[in-house]
Amino acid sequence: MVEMEKQVLTPVNENKPQKATNFKWRNIFRGDNRALWTILALIIILLVDRMVSPTFFTVRMINGRLTGSLINTLDGAAPIMLLSIGMTLVIATKGVDLSVGAVMAICAAVSAVLINRHEAGSDNILYYPGFVIAIAILVGALCGLWNGVLVALFDIQPIIATLILMVAGRGIAQMITDGQSPTYTDETLAFMGQGTILGMPFPVYVAAIALVVVYLLVRRTALGLLIESVGINAKASHYTGVNATVIKLFVYIISGICAAIAGLIVAGENTYADPHTAGMWSELDAIVAVVIGGTLLSGGRFSLVLSAMGALIIQSLRIGLYISDLHPNANLVVKAIVILLVLLLQSKEFKQAVGRLFKPVLKLRAVFK
Amino acid sequence: MKSRFFPLLVTFLVFSAIYAYCYYHFSSFGSMRVVCNLLRDNAHLGIAAIGMTFVIISGGIDLSVGSVIAFTGVFCALMITREGMDPYLVFAIVLGMGTIFGAVMGVFIYYFKIPAFIATLSGMFLARGMAYVLTTESIRITHPLYIRVSKLVYIFPDKGRFTFAAGAFLAVLVIGIYLAHFTRFGRNVYAIGGNDTAALMMGVPVGRTTIMVYTLSSFLATFAGIVLSLSKRSGDSTITVGAEMDIIAAVVIGGTLLTGGVGYVIGTFIGVLLPGVIRTYLTLEGSLSPWWIKIVVGGLLFGFIAMQKLLSARPKLFSFKRQVRPTTVSTA
Repeated sequence: MVEMEKQVLTPVNENKPQKATNFKWRNIFRGDNRALWTILALIIILLVDRMVSPTFFTVRMINGRLTGSLINTLDGAAPIMLLSIGMTLVIATKGVDLSVGAVMAICAAVSAVLINRHEAGSDNILYYPGFVIAIAILVGALCGLWNGVLVALFDIQPIIATLILMVAGRGIAQMITDGQSPTYTDETLAFMGQGTILGMPFPVYVAAIALVVVYLLVRRTALGLLIESVGINAKASHYTGVNATVIKLFVYIISGICAAIAGLIVAGENTYADPHTAGMWSELDAIVAVVIGGTLLSGGRFSLVLSAMGALIIQSLRIGLYISDLHPNANLVVKAIVILLVLLLQSKEFKQAVGRLFKPVLKLRAVFK
Repeated sequence: MKSRFFPLLVTFLVFSAIYAYCYYHFSSFGSMRVVCNLLRDNAHLGIAAIGMTFVIISGGIDLSVGSVIAFTGVFCALMITREGMDPYLVFAIVLGMGTIFGAVMGVFIYYFKIPAFIATLSGMFLARGMAYVLTTESIRITHPLYIRVSKLVYIFPDKGRFTFAAGAFLAVLVIGIYLAHFTRFGRNVYAIGGNDTAALMMGVPVGRTTIMVYTLSSFLATFAGIVLSLSKRSGDSTITVGAEMDIIAAVVIGGTLLTGGVGYVIGTFIGVLLPGVIRTYLTLEGSLSPWWIKIVVGGLLFGFIAMQKLLSARPKLFSFKRQVRPTTVSTA
């Protein structure tokens, strides 16, 4: 009986499958498609960047390395893109992962401390660069597992479950490095952040490969569908036999791994691991990227490609602000306004409100007809 | 004892235990000096946390408070020192700005259905950005009023200094308790946090209450900024970065559930003081590294949530729990 009432109370359209946010070219101009607004926002921001700096789209080959603002944008967007891939899956299950910034710091710290032992002449095979990267990724996966266990098994709200690691994580990273910011000279680890293959920065490849792998994993199997079903209606998916616990564990582990790789990239760029600032605020950037990409924070339908575009939007905004004549202190203000604008464009209620605003005008026109 | 008091009881017991442990090691924890310093150092966090308690009880979240505190401090310093304006006028202006800021966020959240997390995140960037735009340097305030306020202390026999900030903190606490438990507004906040569909059907003004909650939170954050500016006698746009997370942690440690509908303002008071006690202990101990504070607070957060799960909820570990909660209603 109670269930019946619930059904009546819940508006019907909430349970209806939402409009696809899946990126499909033929859907782009169809009605209330979120993809349209995300792509429009990216194009507009890129065009504004082009107006600010006429050389924005110019790409040159210097010393076998492609250079230019566009390449910088891609390069800088790679860590956010990686985070947003994991974050998309987490948010699709109606969760959120606030700890990714702290996990980045932890993994960067682990890699720097271990590689320092290798550089100090230790022969232990575990301190070889390849193993160090593997260990750092494993640590990220463990952090994700911890979050996943809290959310899936202990049934703790995702915001608060991941807040624990967000608060404690930076402390742990500082403990690992003993409060220092260890530097290293190892070329393999530096390659993670600075290397180039065929002129393209290596982080771009990492982000692209991660995107393709996760995309194939969730879209070429039923996994994506199961993730969405857990996010849309956990109870119904439970009755259909979806193991929500395993799905949630999976998405948080993926998020942890993505954060670990992002941490390695950021550390590699600077060849040192700063436990205080590595990945600072990046969890918020990643969440914003996912939301701009049209995935609802209330879970359900998700699109990895649009989230990656969201990451690109954030980074091209940042680069645009850097190269503009605008006072650097105004960055955050512009960022806040752009985020709000994109969100308002996506808000059905806002569009309706604007529509109502124009109603008198339409009526007036009808009168004069 | 009603089960809804369990989280509060746990918070209180753990706080007492930790305080007793600290007192056992350092007898100075029994003096008014430590107590007064605790109140003074955590006043701005506490005042903002009381506003946050209302937001979280209503089922929302406000990430902008730390930035609002910083903006208020910078604005006060700039207007009083550089422009030579009357402090009272500046306080009135900045409180008005904070109130409008919160109301606008509430409108975005309620009318445009932008998730509170994202709307207040934009608010956080906006307020911090505005503070940076005003100035990035630290400005001292030497206005006579600030000197007068700093002399406004009650000194206990053991030289404990009960400052204006501590007094403001306690006053806001009392007002917060009154608002939450003895007014219609407070009951409405609990109602929409428990089940906003049911609340709407009972005739609770959901929209107005939601907007008022965010308005209150921003107002208190602004007030916290003024209190901080009065006790630090300077304005700096880089302070209280990440304070919102400390504040949310304090509210959760205080026994307020992030799902909304459950929580007590007095619990937040204890939740704010707890990290302060640990910080004081680590300072007195001297041999422990500063990063332990973060790890201990994270551990406490985990401990409290685990205990709340075990005590207040039915043991549902390793079993499926219903998570469906109607969030919107179509007014047909």
